[in-house]
Amino acid sequence: MSDIQIVGAPAGVEGAGFFATSLDKAVGLARANSLWPLPFATSCCGIEFMATMASHYDLSRFGAERLSFSPRQADLLMVMGTIAKKMAPVLRQVYLQMAEPRWVIAVGACASSGGIFDTYSVLQGIDEIIPVDVYVPGCPPRPEAIIDGFMHIQELVKTESTRRRETPEYQKLLASYGIQ
Amino acid sequence: MGKITNEELLNNINTQFGDKITVIGEPYGLLTLQTSKETIIDLLSFLKSSPVLQFIYLTDITAVHYPEQELTIGVVYHVHSLVNNIRVRIKVFIDGNNCHIPTATTLWNGANWMERETYDLFGVIFDGHPDLRRILNVDDMTAFPMRKEFPLEDPNRVDKKDYFFGR
Repeated sequence: MSDIQIVGAPAGVEGAGFFATSLDKAVGLARANSLWPLPFATSCCGIEFMATMASHYDLSRFGAERLSFSPRQADLLMVMGTIAKKMAPVLRQVYLQMAEPRWVIAVGACASSGGIFDTYSVLQGIDEIIPVDVYVPGCPPRPEAIIDGFMHIQELVKTESTRRRETPEYQKLLASYGIQ
Repeated sequence: MGKITNEELLNNINTQFGDKITVIGEPYGLLTLQTSKETIIDLLSFLKSSPVLQFIYLTDITAVHYPEQELTIGVVYHVHSLVNNIRVRIKVFIDGNNCHIPTATTLWNGANWMERETYDLFGVIFDGHPDLRRILNVDDMTAFPMRKEFPLEDPNRVDKKDYFFGR
């Protein structure tokens, strides 16, 4: 028996020679285990994320092998570090350039709320300009915490309906950020 | 210590600008002078072009806000003579409601960003600057944040306590 772990099959009907499940679950399974992150690292949390990517913590185990610094084909925007108000339009543009479906994770106190930088030049949390799915607390969070946040995103992706992006609620959420 | 003492430096400046400068002091051996905004550019260009002094390096231009003074904004110039290894600090006090002072970009191109920063944070307008816009903060900001005219943080707020951040 090998100790290699593979992703378990979703709930479905199993029989001799066939397995039936819903498309949502199959698509969710595929998406959740091949999330391609776009690291938007501006400060110390970014260094912590480098440790997460490196061999010891190895983010690639989650199918996140392709870390792209371009919005092209990226699913998950990981914002790590202080976002100054001057950086806000840039971050927003990167988010807008990502194709649906897209998820956002705010790593660390600064990205989540401005953190210790309670000042005129710093955005007090990226949820002021883009919708956020998961917040990772900590200043800075350890790699385990970043992986925990990543796994929370995976849970969201797994359980999300493929039609969620067309729902009026989602459209309303985006509209509240001025995104069409 | 440099090759020129502060006395020699002061005598040298006094021959040209005797009544237009006052000596504030010599904290930590750094000669500190005060002058007016009419004289400042002449003084800087004299310091830079004098074959004896050769203050060719502009270290910094910044400002200080003294809300209790009559002339509230003090613009501070630090110049350094790389040849003689000596520095001098020059302060010019101007009215906080009408912050105009001539630009030093005519002498040093490096003054460009320093003056933009001083404008950004203190609202000092450098007349004749080629491109006076904010450099650090967002363009649509209306305040000059380093002026001491903003109330301190409310000590009773609880939304940013350490325990929210795991500290």
